[in-house]
Amino acid sequence: MTAPGAGPPDALASAIAPGEAAAAASRATRFADAARPALADTRLRRTLGAAVAAERDRAAAAAAEPADWEELREAGRALRDAALLDLDTHLESLERAVTGAGGTVHWAADAAEARRIVVGLVRATGARDVLQAPSATVREAGLPGALARAGVTVRPAGLGDLIVGLGEEAPSHLSSPALHRDRAQVRELFLRGLPGAPADLSDDPADLAGAARAHLRDRFTGARVAVTGAAFLAADTGTAVLTESGGEGRMCLTLPGTLITVAGIDKVVPSWTDLEVLLQLLPRASSGDRMTPYVSAWTGVHPGDGPREFHLVLLDNGRTRALADEVGRAALRCIRCSACLNVCPVYERTGGGPYGPVLPGPVGAMLTPQLRGVESAANASLPFASTLCGACADVCPVKIDIPAILVHLRGTVVESRRARPVPTPELVLMRGLAWTMGDARRYRLAVRRGTRWARLLSRGGRIRRLPGLLGKWTDARDVPAPPARSFRDWQGRR
Amino acid sequence: MRVALFVACYDDAWFPDTGKAVTMLLERLGHEVVHPPGQTCCGQFHWTTGYRREAADLARAFTRVFAGADAVVAPSASCAAAVRGGYPAIARTVRDPALASAAGALAVYELTEFLVDVLDVTDVGAYYPHRVAYHPTCQSARALGVAGRPERLLRAVRGLELVDLPAAGECCGFGGAFAMKNADVSVAMVADKIRHIRDTGADVVCAVDNSCLAHIGGALSRLRGGVRVAHLAEILAGTGPA
Ligand code: SF4
Repeated sequence: MTAPGAGPPDALASAIAPGEAAAAASRATRFADAARPALADTRLRRTLGAAVAAERDRAAAAAAEPADWEELREAGRALRDAALLDLDTHLESLERAVTGAGGTVHWAADAAEARRIVVGLVRATGARDVLQAPSATVREAGLPGALARAGVTVRPAGLGDLIVGLGEEAPSHLSSPALHRDRAQVRELFLRGLPGAPADLSDDPADLAGAARAHLRDRFTGARVAVTGAAFLAADTGTAVLTESGGEGRMCLTLPGTLITVAGIDKVVPSWTDLEVLLQLLPRASSGDRMTPYVSAWTGVHPGDGPREFHLVLLDNGRTRALADEVGRAALRCIRCSACLNVCPVYERTGGGPYGPVLPGPVGAMLTPQLRGVESAANASLPFASTLCGACADVCPVKIDIPAILVHLRGTVVESRRARPVPTPELVLMRGLAWTMGDARRYRLAVRRGTRWARLLSRGGRIRRLPGLLGKWTDARDVPAPPARSFRDWQGRR
Repeated sequence: MRVALFVACYDDAWFPDTGKAVTMLLERLGHEVVHPPGQTCCGQFHWTTGYRREAADLARAFTRVFAGADAVVAPSASCAAAVRGGYPAIARTVRDPALASAAGALAVYELTEFLVDVLDVTDVGAYYPHRVAYHPTCQSARALGVAGRPERLLRAVRGLELVDLPAAGECCGFGGAFAMKNADVSVAMVADKIRHIRDTGADVVCAVDNSCLAHIGGALSRLRGGVRVAHLAEILAGTGPA
C-alpha cells in the first residue's frame, strides 16, 4: 500500500498510463478460472459462508420488520428510476448547487481522467499522503495505484481496507472488504504488517479493533487531504452523503483541509427528501440495521468548520453507455447495499476476487460488463457467472431484476461474437442445436441417434465420461443412460 | 378437460417416465391428454445462454404448435417459466410483436399449478411409501412462484413421509450452461445440496424440474449417495393399496 518516497517530477504523467494496463491485466481471467483458487481454499469458503449467512439472516429479519417494506422497495425503485431518467438535468442542478456552496465540480469521462484530476488536485496541495475512506468508486477509478505511482502515500482509513491492504489482495465485499478473513488471519496480518501492534495481540475482535484504532488514529490527525466516495448525491442541495459502520469516513470529512469526493454520476438523486426512503432501504438490505451507524452529509465548504476546499469528481466511466441500454440501464438503480452478494450462492463460494476490481457479486456481474464493455473474455464471462436462481432479485431493495439483466447481457455477448469472421465453437453448436430442434422430424432423428450413442457410452446405466464440452459435466457428475425409447416413441405407439 | 402436454426435449429423450406419469395421472383424474405433434424444444436453453435469434425461432415454433390449446401443461417449471416470462422478453428483444401476442394467448401451466389452481385437486389418489425430500427448484419457486403447491400435493400422498430439507431454497448449482461454464462452482453448490439432502435421511428427493434433478442425481450417483431422485409427477402417478 505504501509508495516509495516522493515521485519523480513527471510522476503525474506516468501515474496515469500504467493504471489502465494494470486494471486490464487484473481482469485478464475468465470468471471460471479466477474462481478456482477460491474454491480450493476450504478455510476461505467456510469463513465466507458463515459471514454471508449471518448478514443474510440479519437483513431478512430487518426486511421483515417494517410492515411497508414492499412499498418502500417500490418507492425506492421509482425514485431511482426517476433520478436516472433525467440524469442530465439532475447533474446540472447538482453542479450549480455544489458550486454555489463553495465546492468545485470536475467531470471525469473515464477512470484515467479521474486519476488525472485527483492526482493533480492532490499535488496542488503539496501533500505527500492522503487519507482514503473505503469506496468502491475510488477503487474502480484505480486511484490508490495512481496516487502511489505519483509518489503520494495512500493511507486507507477503513479497518477492512487496512486488513485487505496488509494481505495485498482485493476487497471481497462491498460493505465489508475483509469479510473473507477470519480473526485468526487478521491477527496474523496485524502482527506481520501493522507497525506498533503489540506482540501479545490476541484474536479477540475487541483487541484487534483496538490495535487497528491505535494505528489509524495517528493517520487521521496528521492528514491534510482525504479522498472519499459517496453513497448518494442530492441534486437540489448539492449534498454528498456517506454511510458507514465504522466512522472512518466521517474522520476524513472533518479533519483534513482538502476533501476530494469521487462519485459515479449514477449516485445522483433529484432531491434531499429522496433520502428518506433510500436511507431506510440501504441499511436494512445491507446489514439488517435499522439505520447505518454513521450517516454523514456535507455540502460545499463552511468557514471555520471542516475542509476549506471541497472537490467533487463525477465519474462516468461507462455509465452513460449503460444508460443507453434500455434493459441494462436498470442496473444503475443499484444503491450498493450488497444484499445481493449475501444471498448469492456463487459469490458465497468464490468471494469477490473473480469478479474483478469494479464490483463483486451479482451487481458486479451485471454492471462491470456494461461499464467496461464485453470485448474482453473476462468481462464477457461475468454475465454467465450466475445460475439465474433469482435470489438476488428477491432481496434487491430497488427491485433490480438481476437475472433478466444477466440474460440480456449474455445476449449482448453472443451478438458481439456473431460478427467474428470465424464463428465460435459454441455458436456453431447452438446454431446446429436450434436447427435440429426447429423441425420435429430432424429432432426425432437426432434424439434417436443421440440416445444410441449415449447408451453405447454408458456402463451399468450411467455415463461417467462425456467427450468435448460436455466433459465439464461428467468431471463430477454422472449422466444416466437414456432409455431406449423416448416419450414420444411411447406416446406414438399407445 | 383437454390438456395439451408439453414434454421438454430433455424429458422426452432422457426422462420419458415423467411424461408418461403426467399422462397417466391426468387421465386418471378424468382428463384428455394430447401431445401435439411438432413440439420440440421451448428454446429456454438458447435464450438463457444468449442465443436470442435461435431462441426466437424456437419460441415461434412453440407458439404455432400450441396455438388454440385450452391449457398447456409442462412438467418442467423452467420451461413453463421460459414460455410465460421469457417469451415476452424474447419478443421484445427481437422486436416481434406477433410472437408477443401469440405467447400472451397461451395458457401455460407448470404441472402443480395446473393441478392445484385449475383442476382444484390436492389429493390425486397417489400412494408412495417413502421418505421424500422436496427441493424447490429456483425456476419453480422464484420465476413461477408455485410455492406451497407441490408440498400440498405431496402431503396428500398416502404412505409418503415429507421431510424438511435444510436450506431448501438455495440453488442446486445447475443453471443450464452454468453447470458447464462454471463447472467448479456448480459442483461446489451441488455438494452442499447433497449434504443437506443426506441430512434428512430421505430415500427420495423430488422436484418439478428434471434438469435440476439430473444435476443433483448425477452428483448423487457419482458419490453413490444412496438417495434416488424422482420427478414429482412420478410420485403423484404412483398407486398402490387403497
Ligand atoms: S443490485 Fe440491488 S441488492 Fe445488489 S447491491 Fe445493488 S441495490 Fe443492493
